[in-house]
Amino acid sequence: MSTEPAAEHPNYLTVSHTVRSWLLTRDHKRIALLYLISISGFFILGGILAGLIRLELLTPQGDLLLSENYNKVFTLHGVIMIFFFLIPSIPAVLGNFLVPIMIGARDLAFPKINLLSWYIYTLGGIFTIVAAVTGGVDTGWTFYTPYSSIYANTNVVLTAVGVFISGFSSILTGLNFIVTIHKMRAPGLTWMRLPLFIWAHYATSIIMLLGTPVVAITILLVGLERALHIGIFDPALGGDPLLFQHLFWFYSHPAVYIMILPGMGVISELITCFSRKRIFGYQFVAASSLAIAAVGFLVWGHHMFVSSQSVYAGMIFSFLSFLVAIPSAVKVFNWTATMYKGSISLRTPMLYAFGFIGLFTIGGLTGLFLSALAVDVHVTDTYFVVAHFHYIMVGGAIMAYMGGLHFWWPKITGRMFSEVWGRIAAIVLFVGFNLTFFPQFILGFLGMPRRYHMYPPEFQVLNVLSTAGASILGLGYLLPAFYLLWSLWFGAKAGNNPWGAAGLEWETPSPPPVENFERTPVVTEEAYAYDKPQPHAVPEASRA
Amino acid sequence: MFQGMRFLPEQASTVASKVDALFFFLVGVTVFFSTLIFACVIVFALRYRRRSEAERPAAIHGSTLLEIIWSVIPLAIALTIFAWGATLYIHLTRPPQSSIEIFVVARQWMWKFQHPGGQRELNELHIPVGRPVKVTMTSEDVIHSFFVPAFRVKMDVLPGKYTTAWFEAVKPGQYHLFCAEYCGTSHSQMGGWVHVMEPAEYERWLAGDKPGESMAAAGERLYQRLGCQACHLKEGSGRAPSLVGIYGKPVQLATGQKVIADDGYVRESILNPQAKLVTGYPPIMPTFKGLVNEEQLTQLLAYIKSLRLEEKAQAQ
Repeated sequence: MSTEPAAEHPNYLTVSHTVRSWLLTRDHKRIALLYLISISGFFILGGILAGLIRLELLTPQGDLLLSENYNKVFTLHGVIMIFFFLIPSIPAVLGNFLVPIMIGARDLAFPKINLLSWYIYTLGGIFTIVAAVTGGVDTGWTFYTPYSSIYANTNVVLTAVGVFISGFSSILTGLNFIVTIHKMRAPGLTWMRLPLFIWAHYATSIIMLLGTPVVAITILLVGLERALHIGIFDPALGGDPLLFQHLFWFYSHPAVYIMILPGMGVISELITCFSRKRIFGYQFVAASSLAIAAVGFLVWGHHMFVSSQSVYAGMIFSFLSFLVAIPSAVKVFNWTATMYKGSISLRTPMLYAFGFIGLFTIGGLTGLFLSALAVDVHVTDTYFVVAHFHYIMVGGAIMAYMGGLHFWWPKITGRMFSEVWGRIAAIVLFVGFNLTFFPQFILGFLGMPRRYHMYPPEFQVLNVLSTAGASILGLGYLLPAFYLLWSLWFGAKAGNNPWGAAGLEWETPSPPPVENFERTPVVTEEAYAYDKPQPHAVPEASRA
Repeated sequence: MFQGMRFLPEQASTVASKVDALFFFLVGVTVFFSTLIFACVIVFALRYRRRSEAERPAAIHGSTLLEIIWSVIPLAIALTIFAWGATLYIHLTRPPQSSIEIFVVARQWMWKFQHPGGQRELNELHIPVGRPVKVTMTSEDVIHSFFVPAFRVKMDVLPGKYTTAWFEAVKPGQYHLFCAEYCGTSHSQMGGWVHVMEPAEYERWLAGDKPGESMAAAGERLYQRLGCQACHLKEGSGRAPSLVGIYGKPVQLATGQKVIADDGYVRESILNPQAKLVTGYPPIMPTFKGLVNEEQLTQLLAYIKSLRLEEKAQAQ
């Protein structure tokens, strides 16, 4: 293990130290860190709000908050976690840092646009925070009309502007990734040699680029109806409230895949590294990302089975929802098969990968309940749905994000974190998560509706269990905050490749130099050549 | 805290056990596949744990046969669940002809019910056991959702249109009614009870509630007061089409289309008369938007429906 002397070859962190050099940076690695800091702030805020929700639901009476405040709390929790944490989490932090390095490029295709996207995100965040501080918003993150466009007396427009603005940062990130992956791959890095992390980000970028404009327009229309009383969604003005739901879910269902696909990419990297195996069925795993992105655009109506959408539309959307389950299942089977006859090491990132597989499997299978029309009629809009999407988003997306953050932490910072604490945190998170959200499946089946400030007393025991779990979950998130920060000053030096992983990012120093590679690497092999001990890329100079 | 606690919801309607059968089939599928995956992960993690840092297991590239197997089998299971769920869903959307028809008007944050006999209730609904009940619902403001967990029935209630649901209770008792679509500040208190009664008890309740007049009678009074009869002559010779017997029948429109004169059409024709004009009649009807509220609209509807009965009675 060797690290370059900082004096000779400054890395991207040590090359300059001024605040200006950070705020005006065009280095994708520094922009990734700007995003890391911003989304961590939003995650803490969203987490505190989640804690407030769970604390209120400890008792059936509404004894902690007033109803209007409770409604604002769950709305802000949803808005922040979805638009300002989950959507940017893996792409804007890990993707930003790794996409160029993994394909042997010096930076993203449009470095200035990359910086712009962070500023746009920040501006959107400021609008949302201002909206929250100056009165809040109580429409739910789904902004259903005509409640949001006519009846709500809260800061709908300001919040909507915040979400509208932040959408553009997503569009720009997607555009940047697509162009970069098409045009800037190192010599020899063909499409079929790309790491699956790149395939997943490619599929995600397509959704960002095609889906986000639709939600932007929808939000704009809500604003127009609210401000100018142009009848679009309110039947009293000649509009159609279902139109909003169609437009909203046309983006917001694919948005679920924006959140989970990059996580799937991370898991493919973790499973292969800690099993020392080539991924099982590379083409199928890569193609399933694209299949999910494509079919994911055609299932939005499954959010509307009891909305008075036509019965036949409901049947088509149900059918397509069952189809989209198959590529996800294929991924899980391939990850499991990758471990077969491997050399499995249970380091911290691998524990997160196991957590992901377990929780995503349950989250995915409970999605079948919601795709099945008659069962959905009973459980939709109840805690069953809340449990299901938290299994996908917290159990899936955040587990993958945590796994990825731990896996690439040595690369990003040049330091190792405490392995013991890392494993403890992963286990605490897994236990806390299940205790929080599993009881909610039962609550939903029993009929407890979501977004309820008060509830009948017979639901209390399960709510107490859920709140107890949430406190363990909260502790699980605090631990990494401490030991990761600790590692920045006291962690062991990481070296280029602490995990013995394959991939171009492990062939450059940790932290990488500003230009990522001293010489453009040339790729001669497929990804995940774990059966060979040698690095699979050679410097261009020694190619002849 | 443990009072009334349970882990399975009450099955109080004819469809509840059918929905639950599919639900528990899905639980079985979930348990099977989760166990399979978890077992593989755990067994592989133990059996193939890294024994030396120098280990380099041989590469396995994959198996097209396996990929086909683990795509096709889940697909077959998924399509079975789809067909099962869809069949039941169609059953849920088709109320039997013999249903008692109850009109529901939702608003922030209460449920208003009108029985055919004119009885009105707020946040409480009394129905008999063993008879199908159809609810026709609309909202005066935002979207709400009618949800009775014990019946496994849920349907959104929208402003500007009618939605319907139906159920047949099988067990007398008192069951939660919830609003399941977030509708503002007091959403969580927009609930009530459905009281399922033995038929005899239900009859007593109907009689004891002392309705002033039936919905159809109230509708007729309103019809006269609004002057509808001035144009809609019963014989059809007026400036507007006769409404006798039109309910549920196809209507020929000026555009050449045909529509069924159902609840939604009648409602639209009162509020927005020019939207679907009957062929051969001039567009002279004014809108009654703002002159009749949702409850009065349902009374007019009940009266127009009764004109069909009257016609039948005359024919006999």
